[in-house]
Amino acid sequence: MAPITTLHYLVVAAALFILGVIGVLTRRNVVIILMSIELILNAVNLNLVAFSRMWGLHGQVFAIFVITDAAAEAAVGLGILIAFFRNKETVNMDEVDLLKW
Amino acid sequence: MHLILFLAFGAVCVAGAVNLLVQKHPINSALSLVVVMGSLAAEYLLLGAEFVAAVQVIVYAGAVMVLFVFVIMLLNAGEEEETKGSRVAMIFGIPGMLVGSLLIAWVLIEHSGNKSLAAGALPGPPKTIGWLLFHDYLLPFEVTSVLVLIAIMGAVVLAAAPASAGGRKD
Repeated sequence: MAPITTLHYLVVAAALFILGVIGVLTRRNVVIILMSIELILNAVNLNLVAFSRMWGLHGQVFAIFVITDAAAEAAVGLGILIAFFRNKETVNMDEVDLLKW
Repeated sequence: MHLILFLAFGAVCVAGAVNLLVQKHPINSALSLVVVMGSLAAEYLLLGAEFVAAVQVIVYAGAVMVLFVFVIMLLNAGEEEETKGSRVAMIFGIPGMLVGSLLIAWVLIEHSGNKSLAAGALPGPPKTIGWLLFHDYLLPFEVTSVLVLIAIMGAVVLAAAPASAGGRKD
């Protein structure tokens, strides 16, 4: 049976990344856009861990940092979303125009 | 066996991601994101990164997704309303997506090593990662802890009830 190469993991990560970008660009709901951003960060993590198999453990440490930052980003993003919902009663991305002049 | 597990979890992962985009209701998207996180943890296990897999399950599938589901329930966000797609997006988006996908495929084919990643001989025990984290990466670790602290305070300030007209009541 053919062995698994780094390329296999990179293909899965690229698929996740592209799906995340499509989600960010096409959906209207801010919650789903935030979830697509998590998808992109997960694709990066998969790449880091796959490369750490070749280049030592530093990639895994970076993956842990990325997970921490993603948690912080989710907390702040959802906090902004709640504050926004309190003002405008909507979660649609195209109605976020509070900063528009 | 390794290849079969990899293909199975990779397929589940990508299928969950597609389902996340297809579903209209945010709660269904959140649950398929949990599936994606879980199968990614299995992929990390296949790569021998046991500590990262555990952190993935605890932090992502546990904490972050609970936060998402909580906010979805709190906002009572219903199904997404559709709008008519704009022509400009169709004209530029689809060729742009094709070009981007081809570019990524070309980079992957041309520049990636084909070194075999054998199963077994787990290289990522928590002890080694902890040593790296508290020795080589001590400063980034401390900076990250400050970042998380700031994020917690920011989330509390943003999500707190708005101050009444006469200033905050403390």
